[in-house]
Amino acid sequence: MKPFNLIVVGYGGQGILTLTDIISKAALKQGYDVKEAELHGLAQRGGSLDCHVRFGGGIHSSLIPRAKADLIIALEALEALRACYWVNKNTVVLINSKIFRSSLNMKKILREIKKFTRKIYVVDADEIVKKETGNILGVNIFMLGYALKKKLLPLKKENVWKAVEERIRKRFLQENRKIFEKSFKY
Amino acid sequence: MKKELFGKRGFLFGNEAIVRGALESGVGYASSYPGTPATEIGDTFAAIAKDTGIYFEWSVNEKVALEAAAGAVFSGIKALVSMKHYGLNVASDSLLPLVYLGCPFVVVVADDPGSWSSVQAEQDTRWFSRLIHVPTLEPSNSQEAKDMTKFAFQFSQKHKIPVLVRLTTRICYSKSLVNFGKIKKGKKKGKFVKKEFKLGSAQTVALHKKLLEKLKKIRKDCEKSKLNFIEEGRGKIGIITSGVAYIYIKEAFQELKIKLPLLKLGFSYPFPSDKVKNFLKNLKKVIVIEELDPIIEEEVKKFSKKIKIYGKDFFSEAGELKPEDILVNLSKILGKKIDRNLSYNIKNYKEPEKRIPFFCPGCPHRSTFYAVKKALGKKIFAGDIGCYMLGVYEPFRMQDFVVSMGASVGISHGISKASGQKPVIFIGDSTFFHAGLPSLLNLVYNKANALVIVLDNRWTAMTGHQPNPGSGLTGMKKETKIANIEEIAKALGVDFVKTSNVWNFSQFVKDLKQAYSIKGVSVIVAKGECRLAFIRQAVRKGIKLPKFKIKKQDKKLEQLKDFGCPAIKKEKGKWLIDKDLCWSCSICKQLFPDLIEVEK
Repeated sequence: MKPFNLIVVGYGGQGILTLTDIISKAALKQGYDVKEAELHGLAQRGGSLDCHVRFGGGIHSSLIPRAKADLIIALEALEALRACYWVNKNTVVLINSKIFRSSLNMKKILREIKKFTRKIYVVDADEIVKKETGNILGVNIFMLGYALKKKLLPLKKENVWKAVEERIRKRFLQENRKIFEKSFKY
Repeated sequence: MKKELFGKRGFLFGNEAIVRGALESGVGYASSYPGTPATEIGDTFAAIAKDTGIYFEWSVNEKVALEAAAGAVFSGIKALVSMKHYGLNVASDSLLPLVYLGCPFVVVVADDPGSWSSVQAEQDTRWFSRLIHVPTLEPSNSQEAKDMTKFAFQFSQKHKIPVLVRLTTRICYSKSLVNFGKIKKGKKKGKFVKKEFKLGSAQTVALHKKLLEKLKKIRKDCEKSKLNFIEEGRGKIGIITSGVAYIYIKEAFQELKIKLPLLKLGFSYPFPSDKVKNFLKNLKKVIVIEELDPIIEEEVKKFSKKIKIYGKDFFSEAGELKPEDILVNLSKILGKKIDRNLSYNIKNYKEPEKRIPFFCPGCPHRSTFYAVKKALGKKIFAGDIGCYMLGVYEPFRMQDFVVSMGASVGISHGISKASGQKPVIFIGDSTFFHAGLPSLLNLVYNKANALVIVLDNRWTAMTGHQPNPGSGLTGMKKETKIANIEEIAKALGVDFVKTSNVWNFSQFVKDLKQAYSIKGVSVIVAKGECRLAFIRQAVRKGIKLPKFKIKKQDKKLEQLKDFGCPAIKKEKGKWLIDKDLCWSCSICKQLFPDLIEVEK
């Protein structure tokens, strides 16, 4: 398979590293060669974070070259705009409608993103997850399920769930299962 | 225990792969001091040490870590020490003589091109290879990180010399599949061997000559090494590269549908001049692609006067190299079109507003900076290396300089002596143990006038909560003595020492005022555990913490802007506390007891 290039973005503390790890593991389960790039350090304290996952064949670099992403999963909207660095006109951008500490509003952000691609999905993941569980801890898992539901991510649901089970602590699994299943209903 | 590290193959970070390489080499001793991007080498050793019988420690600084590893080698145990690039600056003092003395161990150093997690300088460790005369390996991915670590152990034993494995951020934090070899059981307990490591002082020049002879032999091995390999290609333009650039070049070849002759240097010091000369023989032009400084380029220039060299005039010395930098510049140099519309993105993309990192909600440092502001107003503020560097941003702007580990104290001494002004010094617990002790003693001994605030959050927090001498735990999670900062300061002769609880705000402010009013050196130990660590514990134990809410809107609440808590915000003219973000530190309620209350 031609490499699939995914970038997960958001700000530190949103569970981006966990989400990236789950996707990598699911791709490995599907028998792909996988490469992943992330950063550690100060990003934990609310900084921007972009994690790269590539799977398929013929991949050398773990970093996705500029304007070569197939899918962006953005856990926050300003970070979706920042991620346009990797976007071309065929890239799908999936955005959680949340805006965190920014002077920009959603309308402005979307207008800017549309300069790079028209393939945009916006979902109110924070709102939905909060309604279901009372907190926003599971937003990363919701976005993952939503991407699968919309067939934006070429991975099998059962492989992804197996990867979730391996990665998420047992006591949080039940709640995440609920969120994961719900995400397929939206 | 890390499952990924065992079995037939694993999906590993470069940092984890280093540890696997050490396991396949019979390592018995590993030491480190946390520093991004190298931290996870230590973290991984910490996770597997007990089960594999390896000794691992977080040492108090990199110099001590390196010396301790050498001590293990002196006792017949295979050892590895890891650190970030600045760590080698600290440790190099001991590494130079250890090369003379022929101490075989593996030193892993991670550079941070792009300074993702480094504030001091963009530093290229490959210069140290030349200064220290230490054979140097440069992996390009996790598989090579594992294989080269194994090679480093063998090579260091063969030639009785330390071997340096140089990583960069993207190698450390990229994951890919690694095929494993066999784990080798090494000696875990040894015995000090008297004759092998003689004192060098009387015979330094003789040892230097011996080293130079040794390096000749090493260079012969390097010339033959398979770690430096040529990939055949077409045309009269070739590429020489090392490190992460190699995989970006492969990526660019694919996109541009080209294949140039390529020489990849994995064993880059001593420089394999013959191999390079041989490679250049049939070429008219050569493109040298390396991150940071033009080290390979300068070497190549020495003996190839006729060949046209493309190097740092295309690939910047500052910042990290990205795959697209290589793609775009190769396309320029070769006059080859990129087969997709990259220029649209380059023309139209402007990075939106930068996100300024901030103290976590409930961070003890926020309380400290706010209390200092309240107690002391504007002063000279000395900063140091740790999360509290964020005090440089709004709303505090309370670091006039940040230089290097422990430099807050050292520089403040000079300021105090030269200006007669009294600086206020912010230094974290781990940084204090790392490099603050000698400089604190210097303040006292040479009669400075300064206030030192040790921000004691119990952990080396910024790198992910590694224990330090103040934590009461070793790197292998064994209980140990807790270093008491207050007692240390007293023993050094500090004029006024007090421990303050950062969660008792009004008392904290009083303590700061008192400490600053005293002439001479005063130390405040500002105690408050890292909130991230505290909250994780609370969640694990199922402890419910109180959340806070605004009881009454009032003009006075405007002052909260200066407090800078991310959980507190003003929306449509009303102040509110975001329950999802509040981490229950209670300082806002202490500031406004009539306006803020506990949520029921």
